[in-house]
Amino acid sequence: MRDFLARFTGRTEIYLAAVVLVIGALLSVLSPYFLTISNLIDLVETYSVTAILAMGLFVVLVSGGIDISFAATASVAQYAAAFAGTSLGWPAFVCIPLGLGVGCLLGCINAVLIHFFRISSIIITIATMSVYFGLLMFVSGGKSIYTLPDWLTTRVVFYESQMANGDVIRITLPILVMIIAVSLTFVLMTRLSAGRQIYAMGGNPEAARRLGVNIAAMQVLAYGYLGLMAGVAGLLQAHRVGEAVPNALVGHELNVLAAAVLGGASLAGGIGTVPGVILGIILLAMLQNGLNLLGVSSYFFQMVIGLAILVSTSITGLSSRPGRRRARPGEATGAARV
Amino acid sequence: MSEEIGAGRPVQIDTLLARIRQRPPGHIVGLAIFLVTLVAAFSILLPSRFPTIATVQSIMFQMPELGLLALAMAIPLISGGLNLAIIATANQCALLMAWIMTHYIAADAGSGAIAIGTAAALAAGLVYSTLIGVVTGTLVATLGVHPILVTLGTMSVIEGGSIYLSRGNIISGFPDAFQWIGNGTIFFFPVPFLLLMLVAGGVGLVLSRTSFGISVYMIGSNIEATRYSGVDTHQVIVGVYTLSSVLCFIAATLMMARFNSASAEYAQSYLLITILSAVLGGIDAFGGFGRIAGLMIALVVLQVISSGLNLLGVNQHLIVAIWGFTLIAVMAVRFFLAPLIAGKMRRQ
Repeated sequence: MRDFLARFTGRTEIYLAAVVLVIGALLSVLSPYFLTISNLIDLVETYSVTAILAMGLFVVLVSGGIDISFAATASVAQYAAAFAGTSLGWPAFVCIPLGLGVGCLLGCINAVLIHFFRISSIIITIATMSVYFGLLMFVSGGKSIYTLPDWLTTRVVFYESQMANGDVIRITLPILVMIIAVSLTFVLMTRLSAGRQIYAMGGNPEAARRLGVNIAAMQVLAYGYLGLMAGVAGLLQAHRVGEAVPNALVGHELNVLAAAVLGGASLAGGIGTVPGVILGIILLAMLQNGLNLLGVSSYFFQMVIGLAILVSTSITGLSSRPGRRRARPGEATGAARV
Repeated sequence: MSEEIGAGRPVQIDTLLARIRQRPPGHIVGLAIFLVTLVAAFSILLPSRFPTIATVQSIMFQMPELGLLALAMAIPLISGGLNLAIIATANQCALLMAWIMTHYIAADAGSGAIAIGTAAALAAGLVYSTLIGVVTGTLVATLGVHPILVTLGTMSVIEGGSIYLSRGNIISGFPDAFQWIGNGTIFFFPVPFLLLMLVAGGVGLVLSRTSFGISVYMIGSNIEATRYSGVDTHQVIVGVYTLSSVLCFIAATLMMARFNSASAEYAQSYLLITILSAVLGGIDAFGGFGRIAGLMIALVVLQVISSGLNLLGVNQHLIVAIWGFTLIAVMAVRFFLAPLIAGKMRRQ
């Protein structure tokens, strides 16, 4: 037990968990509705898409890169699956793998460009974001697909129960998929050799290369995994809102990035944990939900997110100074980093 | 880069500065050749519509907005940072100036009152943008956190504040004399274009001919080494973000004058395009290298692509995709040519 505790002292996750608990306690005192199971379950479902995207982005951040194009990737995957399902009338067992495959493929394209041309990942993904999203808007004409097939829009409820006070709680498909995605990411990053290699590469690419880590394969794994998660998130978004909107997800990249970074993932690479990222999302979700319940203007929410980012980065920045950990990123190998 | 400098021979400061000013060699020339090819191609495809005065003038009208914002992005990039808050800063300055102009200039005001009101609005915008820049710069310099995170935070706060205060509304209706900044021409040249050239020239001079500018490049290359060589890096970084914010104020003035309105949500799509154009112009994403002249050529390239394809009837979204392709292609070409150029430099 002491070892267990020692692992966590002085880490971002502990501060974050404390902040989450304090804010949660505060909100439950201020608003009696906040700490009800139905509110919490609603919150989990609302943030499922963000959480899945954040899982993918987290892997890329640990690998030492960054990806701005994942929202565009998710939109392309969503549109491809929706188009195949409606206009072409293909069945679910073809369309779902198609959407996921498209997401994965676009992620891999990023990885290949970043690795072989030795260009900073932020630059490449800004460029590919323009390409993916521009082509999607061109092909779709910016029009949404409203008549999605039933298999995509039918609500799937795994567990339903009525509470004593009459509220109905439901464990739905988005929640289950999110749990699977989180577990998968956790296993990948902590239990598999590939995940440990991604950490090593993010910490010091040259050292990892000399230890025999296949940098190219790890880049493809990280960006391909984010692409896959983007595909999942895109399909889930269509499932939740019942339509495929080409520009629904674009513009939320920086919110997902904020969640991952709040949770302690470092832009310098090699640092971060799945529980930390989850705590980051919980914090954002709680702030938004809490401010809503308290009747604070929703216009105010973005400022609160910004302040949360500034405060949390100030704390981690002043306490650990990760920027001075080593020489300028990317100098040793010219590998793609920010 | 560091191996070349420390190759065992004493390096004169002049040679060092010359090297800073020259890099990356060939990129600007290559980009200029690309631009000429593009213009030639569009002129052949559209002989009666592309090579006309009207096209040139429309390019000159459209370029400055993105151009000023790209300058605001380029300076932090050269210093090894990034300023994600440029659009938010510009919009907030614009809202502030718009609010002053619409509230303190009466509808029947004489020209004297209009001049005073407009000058007051501009002064307020300048002071406010400086304030934002100093705060951002201080945060970046003292926290030691990557500027992406700091400016992501300031962007959210500023943008959220603008939306909260304006309730998402547009403020419009400015004096005619003010709108001349956005829509007037002097002889043949549009005023916005002249403004951009003036500002870009000024920024270029500051970066290449002042000690502040040289410090910006040095910080972009290696901030620790710069600090140990006696440069007050803290002060330079504050200067970088202040200059970036003030450029946002100039961009804000131009946007207000052009659209005759201000809003919290204008020009959002330009944020990542400014980085794209800076990198296309040869500014190193890791900092330390790049010239304003390259950025200006890159902006003309993007605008020529956009105008030419527009005349060919190509969809606006496809044009954005082609901008992305252009950047990847230019990076790829540079990647393949880099060993050749490096070899040539060593022989010299």
